[in-house]
Amino acid sequence: MSSVAAYFDLRNRRQRQRVIANALGLVVFAVMIFPVYWMVATAFKPPRDILRFTPKWYPSPATLDNFREAVSRPHFWDTVRNSLVIVTAVVLLSVVIGFLAALAIARFRFYGRRAFIVVIIGVQMIPVTALIIPLYLLLARADQVDRLTGVIVTYLTFVLPFTVWTLRGFVMGIPKELEEAAMVDGCTRMGAFIRILLPLIAPGLVATSIFAFVQAWNEFILAYVLLSSPEKQTLQVWLASFTTLRGTAWGPLMAGATLTSLPVVIFFAIVQRRVAFGLTAGAVRG
Amino acid sequence: MSSAPRAAVPAAGRESASSSRRRGGDTAARLREGLPAYALLAPTILVLVGVLAYPLYWLVRISFEHFGLRELIAHKGTWTGLDNYRQVLGDREFWTIVVRTVIFTAVNVGATMLFATLIALLLVRMGPIIRTLVTVGLVWVWATPAIVGIAIWQWMVDFEFGVLNYTLTKLHVGDFIHHNWFDHPVQGFAVITAVVVWGAIPFVAITLYAGFSQVPLELIEAAEVDGATSWDVFRKITFPLVKPIFIILASLSIIWDFQVFQQVWVMLENRPGTEYYLVSVYAFVESFRVSQYGLGAAIAVVMVLLMLGVTMVYVRQMVQVSEVE
Repeated sequence: MSSVAAYFDLRNRRQRQRVIANALGLVVFAVMIFPVYWMVATAFKPPRDILRFTPKWYPSPATLDNFREAVSRPHFWDTVRNSLVIVTAVVLLSVVIGFLAALAIARFRFYGRRAFIVVIIGVQMIPVTALIIPLYLLLARADQVDRLTGVIVTYLTFVLPFTVWTLRGFVMGIPKELEEAAMVDGCTRMGAFIRILLPLIAPGLVATSIFAFVQAWNEFILAYVLLSSPEKQTLQVWLASFTTLRGTAWGPLMAGATLTSLPVVIFFAIVQRRVAFGLTAGAVRG
Repeated sequence: MSSAPRAAVPAAGRESASSSRRRGGDTAARLREGLPAYALLAPTILVLVGVLAYPLYWLVRISFEHFGLRELIAHKGTWTGLDNYRQVLGDREFWTIVVRTVIFTAVNVGATMLFATLIALLLVRMGPIIRTLVTVGLVWVWATPAIVGIAIWQWMVDFEFGVLNYTLTKLHVGDFIHHNWFDHPVQGFAVITAVVVWGAIPFVAITLYAGFSQVPLELIEAAEVDGATSWDVFRKITFPLVKPIFIILASLSIIWDFQVFQQVWVMLENRPGTEYYLVSVYAFVESFRVSQYGLGAAIAVVMVLLMLGVTMVYVRQMVQVSEVE
């Protein structure tokens, strides 16, 4: 085959591939997004359109009654507040502490560095379902069961290692030479850190914070076990307790589910690209 | 690792800086440079010891003790040696649960990796507009809290008004009107698998796509001009290059799916029948329903040990790909 013919053959193949890929892409999109669509659609439907054997595919007439009912259920606002308190504390603690550790492993060479990295990666694999037993017993002993502080501390078990690892990637992405140049020009190490590294790392700090936010916001098991009073629970536990009632109120449940996922979906959409690539960016780079 | 050449460029600067430091530094200098590093690490190490190492030590300790409600109040268990392990490992029920969990994990990881790989390959080939659309859909599902996902799927397979029941019936897959999926464990686990895989696909697909799109196009085109089929290209070029990512994602998925808990627990309204027990559910029930914390701890330890091999593969691969400098 001549190379020109091969080139055209290749271009044809690409175009054919693209048409097929586009069509299949639409199918993938529809299948993946349908459950989410169904949640939102149900949330806006009046009861008679929800409890139908033949489903109504879109919410018309639309109503906000389900949202009103979900919000006015007992402890909705309590659990929203608890979730916000827990998540804020966890994010602040883990990002500040984790940033220091990330600086250490990205910018310094020291004995034990490799061991520390192995530990940080390894502990992320310990199942929470295994750790919850001793965590519960230890908190019971310290009289911290059914308190938000206990949950905040235990959330660090899975948020902090992740934060250290992600921030390390961001710090390494900023050339050390920039700081070194500033120091040659008379900056102190601290000055170089504040004037050069901090502004450059800011987007990474924001992205990591939001990712930590999502993790802590979505957590269920620890909150479920460690918080027993309904007014102390988190939004996830509140939502899960919806379903235990006989004859679930699907409309308000879907409205509650929509409200629960709204903040994380919005935040996540903003930073997803940054963090997703950060996680394995090194892998192909090798 | 012999990977994509183009991405090696940004690493080059760092490499030279660190190797020059390594050449000049003797032990004393290295320790001196280490001092600020240890100071920076101190808070993290403190937290890790407090919330991870110490609880882990306790987990192992309790697994050798009789630790029930009375011990919980007294804050002190009674040492019973290997009794808990003997009881757990000698129980036929436990091994049934382990086998069930292994099968569940295999099916879930297999489905996740298969669909995610196909979607990632599609993402590389589709046009920019459709690609954005699909990415938005994937990210949306990814961000959806697991508990929300569970609620949605519960609603979709509802006994009376489930939209999935209706659709499957209309498609003549079978009669699913007034069908309770959870009456039969295989069908119940099919729904649980759907929830898990649906929730797991986005992360794997997007990460794999990131890997695929770093494979140099010239390499693929050269092979295609030489007459390679799409399958050849995938097998001989694309896959070997993204293999490190693939191994990382597969081992992560194995570990995540082996410890699936809330999908079973919440889907079955906090009281799954024994035919729905997975290892983590079993450990949870023994600890927090029956208050046999010692027994639950022993099950949890066995679970961690069973996963140790996969964990080591994961850690090794992660350290390898991240230790470029």
